[in-house]
Amino acid sequence: MQMNRRSFLQLTALAGGGLALDLYRSPLSGAQEAKSSDLTPQAFIHIAPDGIVTIMARASESGQGMRNMLPMLIAEELDVDWKDVRVKQAELNEKIYGRQFSGGSANTPLGWEPMRRVGAAGRQLLVTAAAQTWSVPETECTTAHGHVLHGKSGKSAGYGELAAKAAALPAPALDTVKLKDPKDYTIIGHSQPGVDTHGIVTGKPLFGIDMELPGMLYASIEKAPVFAGKVKSANIDEIKGLKGVRHVLVIDGGITPAAYTPWEPGMEPGIAIVADTWWQAQSARRRLKVEWDLGPAATQTTDGFRTKAAELLQAEPANKLRKYGDLDGALKSSAKVVEATYEYPFIAHVTMEPQGATAHWKDGKLEMWSTSTLPEDGRALVAKTLGIEPTDITTHMVRAGGSFGRRLQNDYLVEAAWIAKRVDAPVKLLWSREDDVTHDPFRPGGTVGLKGAVDAQGKLTAWRHHLVSYGDDKHMTSGGGIGQDTYPAGFPPAYGLYTSAQPLMLRTGALRAPGDNAYCWVAQSFLDEMAFAAGRDPLEFQLELLSNKQQPWSSGDHDAVGDHEPTGQSVLIPERFKGVLQMAADKAGWAKRTKEPGRGMGIAAWFCHLGYFAEVVDVTVNEENQVKVNQVWAVGDVGSQIINPAAADSMAQGGIVEGMSHLGQEITLTDGVVDQSNFHNHPLVRMRQVPKIEVYWLKTNYAPTGLGEPTLPPTLPAVTNAIFAATGKRIRTIPLKRSGFSWA
Amino acid sequence: MQLKLNVNNVEKTVDVSPDTPLLWVLRDVLDLKGSKYGCGIGSCGACTVLLAGKAVRSCITPVEEVGDKAVTTIEGLSPDGLHPVQVAWESLDVPQCGYCQAGQIMSATALLQKTPHPTDAEIDAAMSGNVCRCGTYPRIRQAIHEAAAAGAQARNQ
Repeated sequence: MQMNRRSFLQLTALAGGGLALDLYRSPLSGAQEAKSSDLTPQAFIHIAPDGIVTIMARASESGQGMRNMLPMLIAEELDVDWKDVRVKQAELNEKIYGRQFSGGSANTPLGWEPMRRVGAAGRQLLVTAAAQTWSVPETECTTAHGHVLHGKSGKSAGYGELAAKAAALPAPALDTVKLKDPKDYTIIGHSQPGVDTHGIVTGKPLFGIDMELPGMLYASIEKAPVFAGKVKSANIDEIKGLKGVRHVLVIDGGITPAAYTPWEPGMEPGIAIVADTWWQAQSARRRLKVEWDLGPAATQTTDGFRTKAAELLQAEPANKLRKYGDLDGALKSSAKVVEATYEYPFIAHVTMEPQGATAHWKDGKLEMWSTSTLPEDGRALVAKTLGIEPTDITTHMVRAGGSFGRRLQNDYLVEAAWIAKRVDAPVKLLWSREDDVTHDPFRPGGTVGLKGAVDAQGKLTAWRHHLVSYGDDKHMTSGGGIGQDTYPAGFPPAYGLYTSAQPLMLRTGALRAPGDNAYCWVAQSFLDEMAFAAGRDPLEFQLELLSNKQQPWSSGDHDAVGDHEPTGQSVLIPERFKGVLQMAADKAGWAKRTKEPGRGMGIAAWFCHLGYFAEVVDVTVNEENQVKVNQVWAVGDVGSQIINPAAADSMAQGGIVEGMSHLGQEITLTDGVVDQSNFHNHPLVRMRQVPKIEVYWLKTNYAPTGLGEPTLPPTLPAVTNAIFAATGKRIRTIPLKRSGFSWA
Repeated sequence: MQLKLNVNNVEKTVDVSPDTPLLWVLRDVLDLKGSKYGCGIGSCGACTVLLAGKAVRSCITPVEEVGDKAVTTIEGLSPDGLHPVQVAWESLDVPQCGYCQAGQIMSATALLQKTPHPTDAEIDAAMSGNVCRCGTYPRIRQAIHEAAAAGAQARNQ
């Protein structure tokens, strides 16, 4: 299957476990991608006469290190020294650059081959230019450190001297160029510090929020406290008279609340205030007196969701996703049966930089400075909303202060553009933190009913999994679906996966490892329960399960195609899953762990976004049920290469820290109003709570894949399993406080 | 209202409403964009600046309360980005998204001025007002220790 924007949207809308895998079934080869875009070395590589090489970074940057990783692939095959490379952010132009999004940990699998081939094609052009200049065969020329060399004659020319001639040559077909032997890599696999790090530590204006244009105005939007609530009336004339206020615009919005809320449901209604400074706009907002038509979403409450979920769990499931084996029989006749209900909350993304964008409408054209990680989709939505052509829009891709999936949705970009079209000046829109928390496209909560059975020998015999999520009879809410191959599907001898949904008039979306960030917690916790019921060590119990795959994958067993080395498969490979589990256990000293009251170790692993991570967590729990995570050992298998090792270690540590944060967060609703508003009641883990985190990489003979997402999911169950080991108390409801625990 | 401010050793006159938070005067009036807005309630530390050498949250500091106290922002920490804390941050490549890091660096600077060799517990106490959504805390801790060591070396030379 060819990756396209539609399939990506399907991924993000439905994401969860196995469904996500379609994205990766066939990582793009350079030649494939070149069919839909120019993808020439001339577009990506600009070499100055002094040999300084400017490489275009095609993907957006919000902290995943894409401005390093993708240009490093080009630079490696171009055969230049990284110190001579300058990285420049590309504008949105998929015709020239190919795929320009950052999501689904996909930039590594999707960029690995095309970007290296672009670099190799650039090298080939320089070799051709030198060979022609010297009238020697190309085959006698070699390259090193940004020079073409001709051994026989001893001639040498810097890329800078050859660049003008090379740029005028026709670019070779990407599938014809030769790639390096990985043993010759000098950039890939060698840590290269972030290209923006110096700017960041010196406070340079690099971020979306830092945009400044001559005559620019600032906007803030007051929205209803309830999703999609509309403006009935407001003291608009009074607000217009306040100091600094230039425009007050009523946004009618385009959302009809319904049981299923689409990925991009349309603009939320509200009142936009445009002023000379953001603080003036924000101050004017506080003087607003709005009468809202709150609409049907005002009936929603967390208690109501919980009651309905309990009903649905008792009832016959609405959908059977997968069933094999004698499930009912095994659940009746096995030696031990365990039944449990797991519940996880809605949570918000809370990127450090709140949402916002800058836009300028002039002479029928729109220019946007966007932090979107799916900017092509943003441009299309803006064009549709404003009734203009996408070709009349220029999109600059600006560094974002974090995304974690949030900026795959483009609501804030549409808002900025909508305001700009009504204002005779550039406009910078900035959401307050309160806007950001209360109007986030949340990670949807869920309730899962589980039944498991073990036989007299302590082997898992059956697993019944009923996910109660949100949506209508046709759609699960974005980020609330689950794939048929989601672990442990395929491994227990009898298995059933069912879903039911209740209506949700609220936006949801993709939060780092969407679906997996919750399903891993549920599955790896319940596996730990089953191991305990069987009287067995949870590691050994899971390794045995992984060694006895019972069923083929519902998506079919298949290898992705690569033309030079084995690439990642899009289905779980048991040996890789076992590999990280075993290695994490070894690193942590799992077999020799001490068992004492108040202290314990937990283990968990997961496969998602083509990556495998296992984590062991050591906790201490005091008499007040306060949890201190002492140490985490993490092992990742994302293939044969860690492209930028120091950045990869940091990303893995960050995923683990975020996993801990997820254990402390929840979004709840009272009469449709979000109860949380800021970091004090939707907290992030802080310095004093952060454990020592050791990260190891298990390199396997598969093409490199991404690691932003797979690092996160195992943290949650590894912590809660460790709490069980320390206290004997099983945590089946998160956040921790809902089970009587808190961070120390 | 006209107010005089000493920002990064330069005297500035600004004309703003006196209740405007210092953060927004720095960012949108004086065009010093290094200090960041994260929460507006003093809960995340992204806006941290030094006021007479002490770390404060500029998002909840009304500009009228600044008076003649020297304001130091990330832009004023060093002329060349070579303050020991910046050097340590860069050498360990601390940032991921980078948005919180100016605030982290200012808090770390204030800590090291008072406590040149902080223990991990002292780092926990001084740095727990700064959140990092990306979770770069292990490197922040390491960078503070490295800056402390570099500071000691500089003093001994």
